[in-house]
Amino acid sequence: MRRLAQVLAVAFACLAGAGPALAQPPSGIVRPTQEPGHATVELGRELYAGNCASCHGIAGRGISRPRPGAGDLMGMGPSLRGVGAQAPDFYLRTGYMPLGDPHEQPYGNRVLFSGKEIKSLVAYVASLGRGPSIPHPDPSAGSLSEGQHLFTENCAGCHQLEARGGFVTGARVPPLQNVKAVRIAEAVRIGPYLMPKFPRSEISNSELNSIIRYIETTNHPDNKGGWSIGNLGPIPEGLVAWWIAIPLVLLGCLAVSRRMRKE
Amino acid sequence: MKLRQWILALIALLFRRGPSEPPAEPAEEPSPNGGRGATEPDPETGRLVPPGPPDRGAENLVLGFLCLAVIAAVGFIVVYAVYRAGRIPNALLGICLGVSAASIGGALTIVAKRLVVTEELEEDYPTTEPEAQLDVARIVHESGSRITRKRMLLGAGAAAGGALATAALTPVLSLGPFWDTAPLEETPWYRGRRIVDEYGKPIAAANVDQGTFYSGFAEGAHPDDIGSYLIIVRLDPAKIHLPPGRSGWTPRGILAYSKICTHAGCAIELYRKPTFPVVEPEPAFVCPCHYSTFNPADGAQVIYGPAGRPLPQLPLMIDADGNLRAAGNFSARVGPSWWGVRFRPTTE
Repeated sequence: MRRLAQVLAVAFACLAGAGPALAQPPSGIVRPTQEPGHATVELGRELYAGNCASCHGIAGRGISRPRPGAGDLMGMGPSLRGVGAQAPDFYLRTGYMPLGDPHEQPYGNRVLFSGKEIKSLVAYVASLGRGPSIPHPDPSAGSLSEGQHLFTENCAGCHQLEARGGFVTGARVPPLQNVKAVRIAEAVRIGPYLMPKFPRSEISNSELNSIIRYIETTNHPDNKGGWSIGNLGPIPEGLVAWWIAIPLVLLGCLAVSRRMRKE
Repeated sequence: MKLRQWILALIALLFRRGPSEPPAEPAEEPSPNGGRGATEPDPETGRLVPPGPPDRGAENLVLGFLCLAVIAAVGFIVVYAVYRAGRIPNALLGICLGVSAASIGGALTIVAKRLVVTEELEEDYPTTEPEAQLDVARIVHESGSRITRKRMLLGAGAAAGGALATAALTPVLSLGPFWDTAPLEETPWYRGRRIVDEYGKPIAAANVDQGTFYSGFAEGAHPDDIGSYLIIVRLDPAKIHLPPGRSGWTPRGILAYSKICTHAGCAIELYRKPTFPVVEPEPAFVCPCHYSTFNPADGAQVIYGPAGRPLPQLPLMIDADGNLRAAGNFSARVGPSWWGVRFRPTTE
């Protein structure tokens, strides 16, 4: 019975996971009445006050106890002091932020800010405290075989060998196809949501280049032939075997036995 | 679209009305003798089914097949006994079992095709007529009478079936150990053994960050020894609530657990780390195989999934050089709980 409940829970989690992709603030983006023509820290401060401060607190101090935020939501969010330019660049350019409900998993989404606004916000958040800058990975300098090795070891547990994403208990794992190299490098260093962060002592910058190079090859995996089934690995292969191949074999058996009976 | 054509062809093959089908018979008239139809006993022999001539060749073939089944099944047991655990050629085992099962199948096919007397009935067996049912029983009984060496064939069949069953049960011997369970407690860890990373370098406590996880090994241990593998994380010491008797096991909030999942023995390769713990799930080790989830803060209790017991914890200490060392052995047996086999290192 417990096993059944677990299976149902996973199935439900899979279904429920389809919803929050739309979890962006219902009120939309608040913009200053007169935006300057270029990115400035001042514009970033104004945008932050209008769109981020309800959860991340005044001047990025963070809010760790529920309190009324935007709309009827309880605004809660981590402190942004010392995250540098890396984290805001990642979260804003992937559309992870702004997030409508702090209880939901941030997930790849429509980017709501313009390029100029993102630059301003990144500059403002980076000015709150010393922190890592935006990385500059160079996948062409990486080694594909080293990348595959490292990806298998460190990433494939959640993201699957072909970087198609999947699930861990409590979160969806995004696929990594057509994700920019800089975003991948940022995610590895930050560890968004439930992902562990991988500091340079664990994955050096050159190893990171290799990993990104491997991930880029998964955009067009070289299939050995046959039906790739989304390159998802053994579980869909097993499903195909059980639900398609075995019924076909059974149908074949039935057909043969019918013909034999008639003769 | 080839697949669709195949499926269509298959459906056509399955449901088409063949030309060989006999034309529909006119409406049946009730039979005068109560529906017994063709099952009228032979007036001379009193048999329903004419006796079949004995077929020694077919019998010999059946015997041959059954012998082959016995040999193949014994072959399985021999292969299993000769090779050491972990080095048994699976292909050979499969071939033995396959040949044994296929031979029994062949023997049964020959019995059915050539040794059992068959009787074609134009009508279906009536189910409501007790007399007709008796006839059916007689037909079945008399059909066996073609066999001349019944006991020998039965004996060979029993031998083949028994050998195959024995072969299939042989792997039970690998369960255990049943009496001497001391090897289960053996791990490469003892107080003072250094923890190294995958390159054999000692792990400095100062380099262990929060928010990520590390793999550790017993220095000099054999890579086959599953007792050696560790998963190491660092948590805020204020959030660690270990079971009683484990104080001092986690210097500077560094925790080490066996990396082998207690469910099916997979390596725990996922560490979920909340970026903002207030609203996100707590930190956890997740096994990629069946999503068993363990909470590192409370002694790796199972919080989700099929694992039956917490991960064994390794007490830690930091030596004078600032490197991590074991402060003793694991808190419990390492390895999956339903799967008693552990590969012990072949060379130390």
